[in-house]
Amino acid sequence: MYKIESKNVDFYYGPSQALKNINIAIRSNTVTALIGPSGCGKSTYLRLFNRMNDLIDDIKISGQVMIDGEDIYGKGINVDSLRKNVGMVFQKPNPFPKTIFENVAYGLRVNGIKDKKFIEERVETSIKQVVLWDEVKDKLKKSAFELSGGQQQRLCIARALAIQPSVILMDEPTSALDPISTAKVEELIYELKAKYTIVIVTHNMQQAGRVSDRTAFFYLGELVEYDETKKLFTNPKQERTQNYITGRFG
Amino acid sequence: MLSSSITSLTVVLIVVFLFKEGIGLFNQKPVEPGYVIAINKNNKVKELSSVQLKNIYDQKITHWSEVGGTHDSIVLFQLEDISNYYSDEQIGDNMQNLGSCMSRLVDSLPNIIAFFPDKYLDKKFQGTLLEVDKVTLHDFFAGKEWIPTAKPSAQLGVLPLILGTLWVSLGAILLALPLGLAAAVYMSEIANERVRRIMKPLIELLAGIPSVVYGFFGLVIIVPLIQKTFDLPVGETGLAGSIVLGIMALPTIITISEDAMRNTPRAMKEASLALGASRWQTIYKVIIPYSISGISAGAILGIGRAIGETMAVLMVTGNAAVIPHSILAPVRTIPATIAAELGETSNGGLHYKALFALGCILFLITLFINLTVEFISNRQKHNKH
Ligand SMILES: Nc1ncnc2c1ncn2[C@@H]1O[C@H](COP(=O)(O)OP(=O)(O)OP(=O)(O)O)[C@@H](O)[C@H]1O
Ligand SMILES: [Mg+2]
Repeated sequence: MYKIESKNVDFYYGPSQALKNINIAIRSNTVTALIGPSGCGKSTYLRLFNRMNDLIDDIKISGQVMIDGEDIYGKGINVDSLRKNVGMVFQKPNPFPKTIFENVAYGLRVNGIKDKKFIEERVETSIKQVVLWDEVKDKLKKSAFELSGGQQQRLCIARALAIQPSVILMDEPTSALDPISTAKVEELIYELKAKYTIVIVTHNMQQAGRVSDRTAFFYLGELVEYDETKKLFTNPKQERTQNYITGRFG
Repeated sequence: MLSSSITSLTVVLIVVFLFKEGIGLFNQKPVEPGYVIAINKNNKVKELSSVQLKNIYDQKITHWSEVGGTHDSIVLFQLEDISNYYSDEQIGDNMQNLGSCMSRLVDSLPNIIAFFPDKYLDKKFQGTLLEVDKVTLHDFFAGKEWIPTAKPSAQLGVLPLILGTLWVSLGAILLALPLGLAAAVYMSEIANERVRRIMKPLIELLAGIPSVVYGFFGLVIIVPLIQKTFDLPVGETGLAGSIVLGIMALPTIITISEDAMRNTPRAMKEASLALGASRWQTIYKVIIPYSISGISAGAILGIGRAIGETMAVLMVTGNAAVIPHSILAPVRTIPATIAAELGETSNGGLHYKALFALGCILFLITLFINLTVEFISNRQKHNKH
């Protein structure tokens, strides 16, 4: 069974169609990269999986998006619970204006967890998972804004991990980071794969090649090609894919 | 540039004028000009404060011992009482002998205190003229009574007015803040764009309604309602003032808090929701903390409006200048006092100057409020970078 499946998904912002009949199936414990030129609908598609698009007025969606075999747009779905299972990391690091500790504890607290010891342990494991512990363990009570951009982004990943989702969505998570921080995050993604199913949007072809198992190429709201990353980059079936990955695009 | 410096200059001139007139109060004696207060020349008492004088004439002080004299009871005398002591013939047809009568009267009664016009003061007056203290800062700020027309000595305690003002404003903000906050949350986080586009101008319109209309509304609807609900003799109370002012402060609070909440970065809201926080959790854990300075600025500006408001309050609070001890008692605020009394005063007189001094107090309160808002919004700007 697939972890995530989208069947005949159409999506509209008001009158304009942003996604056209998207069919993708994603297995557990894999990394899937979404690539394509700006405005092709990658973020829109990614944000379907945790129903983040629901915040926008006047949208319409048809087709099915299944996670663990359940239609997440079906009746009786609790969106808050869905989002606890499907974590998200954003393009720009967006820690809360709170302490480092409280940032990671936030998801636990809104889940109604009160046990102090449990929260402390979970915060520590999550920060260790993103290899940030040694850098912040002495300043957990300091504002998260005192961290560098790269550290902030890893903190945001730790924040998402703390509530133990099974899926993690990442929308260009390294586009605001320097090369060293980027390398750290990529390494992290590779390690997280063992426990989570990851979907990542990226503009960086090398990054897609390095971290992902499968890649989906979007163009103008359509899914042009979806295949194993190696195949898609070395031997694309579609000419449009070929043009895009070789940078010959117009 | 030119117009703004003209504006500032005008404001400075007004403030200077206000303070010049107001401060003049403390050079004056609270006794009506043209009158004297006389006692027997053997009386040990040489000075009385304005409050003591009033209490003597209100017969709350009945013995000289209470003001530092002998153990005898005080004999009150006002000009009307003269016929109890002298016949019309003795005084004379044109009151030509009144001066000497007064002199003899004060001389003959050791415990008298007499309050009469100084034109009846004989050249060889056989008594002591009492010194009355000038109005002091302490009398002014700590005095518990505001009776500027009291005779023989005006009572200029502004404490009841200051407390009345703060009382009504505090009540207003306690009512308006939760309501305003709820409305702001609704408009910025819950209502969809269409509802918002209708509500926003409506609320801004509320801010433009003349205060007399609010006062009228308060008088016709809220005052009778309070009277009936609490079974009071009159419904004109501090509570009525608080409600009317609260309603008037609402547009300010809603508009400013709503703007602040809408300024919460989308990224913050999304981060919270993406972690499985519900909409309400996001509102009180992220959006309200993030916009707290804007909300406080809205609240304080709301109070600012309430404190300076005149007409509506004048119409619904009952205007009794006593220290309020319950929200269901009538109160009187500083602006209402100035508005109601300034027309009756003589230019440059004691009462007139006292009202200007009140104006100064009001000015300082609002200045303080505006500086607080300035401080808070500066800090807010600071936070965002
Ligand atoms: N809130 C919105 N309202 C209306 N249209 C939107 C909205 N968000 C995105 N769109 C439109 O939908 C299309 C897809 O946008 P999307 O953000 O998914 O692209 P993307 O592939 O993530 O681009 P980028 O690489 O620049 O992030 C674009 O044409 C965009 O203009
Ligand atoms: Mg995008």
